[in-house]
Amino acid sequence: MARVVLNQVTKSFANQQVVKGINLLIPDGSFTVLVGPSGCGKSTTLRMIAGLESATGGEILIGDQTVNQLPPGKRDVAMVFQNYALYPTMNVYDNIAYGLRNRGTSKKECQVLVEEIAEIVGLTQYLKRKPSQLSGGQRQRVALARAMVKKPKVFLMDEPLSNLDAKLRNQMRVELTSLHKQLGSTFIYVTHDQVEAMTMGDQIVVMSEGNIMQVAAPLELYQEPDNLFVAQFIGSPAMNIVKDEENSAVVWGFRPEKAQLLAESAAPASSIEQRVLRGTVISREILGAESLCHVETEKGRIVVKVDTEISIQMGTHVQVIVDAANIYEFDRATGKRIGKGVGRVGQHALAGGMV
Amino acid sequence: MLQVGRTAWKTVEWVLLAAVGLVFVFPFLWMFLTAFKTMPEVYQFPPTWWPESWQFENFRIAWSSGPFVTYVMNSILVAGGILILQFLIAVPAAYAFARYRFPGRNLLFGLSLIALMIPSQVIFLPVYVEMSHWGLVNTLWSLILPFGASAFGIFLLRQAFMQVPDEVIEAARLDSASEWKIMWTIMVPMAKPVLVTFGLFSFIYHWNDYFWPLIMTNSDSVRTLPIGISMLKAAEGGKQWNVIMAGNMILVLPILVVFFFAQRHIISAFVYQSK
Repeated sequence: MARVVLNQVTKSFANQQVVKGINLLIPDGSFTVLVGPSGCGKSTTLRMIAGLESATGGEILIGDQTVNQLPPGKRDVAMVFQNYALYPTMNVYDNIAYGLRNRGTSKKECQVLVEEIAEIVGLTQYLKRKPSQLSGGQRQRVALARAMVKKPKVFLMDEPLSNLDAKLRNQMRVELTSLHKQLGSTFIYVTHDQVEAMTMGDQIVVMSEGNIMQVAAPLELYQEPDNLFVAQFIGSPAMNIVKDEENSAVVWGFRPEKAQLLAESAAPASSIEQRVLRGTVISREILGAESLCHVETEKGRIVVKVDTEISIQMGTHVQVIVDAANIYEFDRATGKRIGKGVGRVGQHALAGGMV
Repeated sequence: MLQVGRTAWKTVEWVLLAAVGLVFVFPFLWMFLTAFKTMPEVYQFPPTWWPESWQFENFRIAWSSGPFVTYVMNSILVAGGILILQFLIAVPAAYAFARYRFPGRNLLFGLSLIALMIPSQVIFLPVYVEMSHWGLVNTLWSLILPFGASAFGIFLLRQAFMQVPDEVIEAARLDSASEWKIMWTIMVPMAKPVLVTFGLFSFIYHWNDYFWPLIMTNSDSVRTLPIGISMLKAAEGGKQWNVIMAGNMILVLPILVVFFFAQRHIISAFVYQSK
């Protein structure tokens, strides 16, 4: 168990800088998720912590020790790979025991530890099988067991669930979260899937083009994005962004689930401050209980999440109404959020009062 | 109609394969049958297919016409020794070529490919001189050492090692395995089909090799089986083909046995690429 600290860490391949001097504190025992689109440097960052890539510049600490010069096997970390990376010629037992043997653990102790871990992940009856005789989910468990058995200070996971089908992925997500609670170790988890990030992480690091865009807890990330990138990356569908007609240096945005659709003729009967966009419904996607309405407005295309029960005809002229409390403003040039910390554009009242 | 066409095509395919197969099998079959005939029957015209009486005596004559135990032992030592040496050298070399970036890598790999293209007949003279300088001519060492590094083996293994996913090696590094350990406990087992195939090719080639032992040896104590068999021709006056063929049977028997057991691996080594 240990915290991980990155100080001004950079990584260049040939002439290209893929990680651009990031500073990050990953607290001891946290479940930190690095998330971002492909090519943002999240995997490279994880591989530098693992020691599989050397940092071009900066300092990496695990616990209180600088590990830049330590080989992967000496860092006391374990990693779970996307394609599991099991040793195909060894059976499950040997796969799990390999790391222990290399550290000089005695045969007897090995057996005790492997059997204990196999019990936890439910692999006891598969110990004699080769990886090729296991299902995807079982292979994933072997990969986890192989990491757990070493009792590392830090668990590193590189998109470990993306090779599983949707159902199994949901199940493993829950298992990983409870595993983290059980072990209490530091988890660093890389994914490009924001849903995975939001549901599993207690600290989320959003990355883009080799930079950290924001580090925050899931709720804060959703409610108080630091910048345009985070605002659009977190939340599905993405935040609507509209140019401001009065101030060309500013763009403003709102989440599709925080807007209302009204008929063109209806007058917005509300005393609180609102913004209104006029447009035409051009398409509709039904997700289940909710639908996404795509509205072509004078300021561009906008998505609004509405109740599926509401019937809306294509081509209807509508008004999109957004409470000022749900509006975020950003600097157009830098993408930085304007007025963070002093609340959003309007004061946010707790709907329905205190519960 | 389609069904008939398909059957006809299958038949043509089958006949062609059988014809090609016969071309390869016939010499073996003829060797086998001749080995059991009597001398007059060998020279009889028109030839008979089946031996009139099975002459196991031929094998005894062939075996006792020279120090065959020594020949067999020498053949095993030479073919086996070469094989072991080739593995010990080719595995680390192939691992380095496949997995490391170091200055001169491509040049060195190119050089070993050139070695692959030069037949031993071209360089036997300088190698002979070298061996004679070291005083190794007419020893088993002169039969083993020149073949210790196999360019073919390095090339084949390099290709196999390149197909091992990076993550598997990285996982092993995280599992505190040394490079040496990764090579022997991860890479080599994963390349098993290729290793078996290469081992078989190498063993057959050197087991059957006639040229090199012929020029490097001049006494029975270091001669190998193929030379011993050819001595059968010289030893007797009129060529006793039945005895020579019995000798050849002794020569190829171990290879047939090995081939029989390794067949599965050979096939999987050649379909490895498309998997």
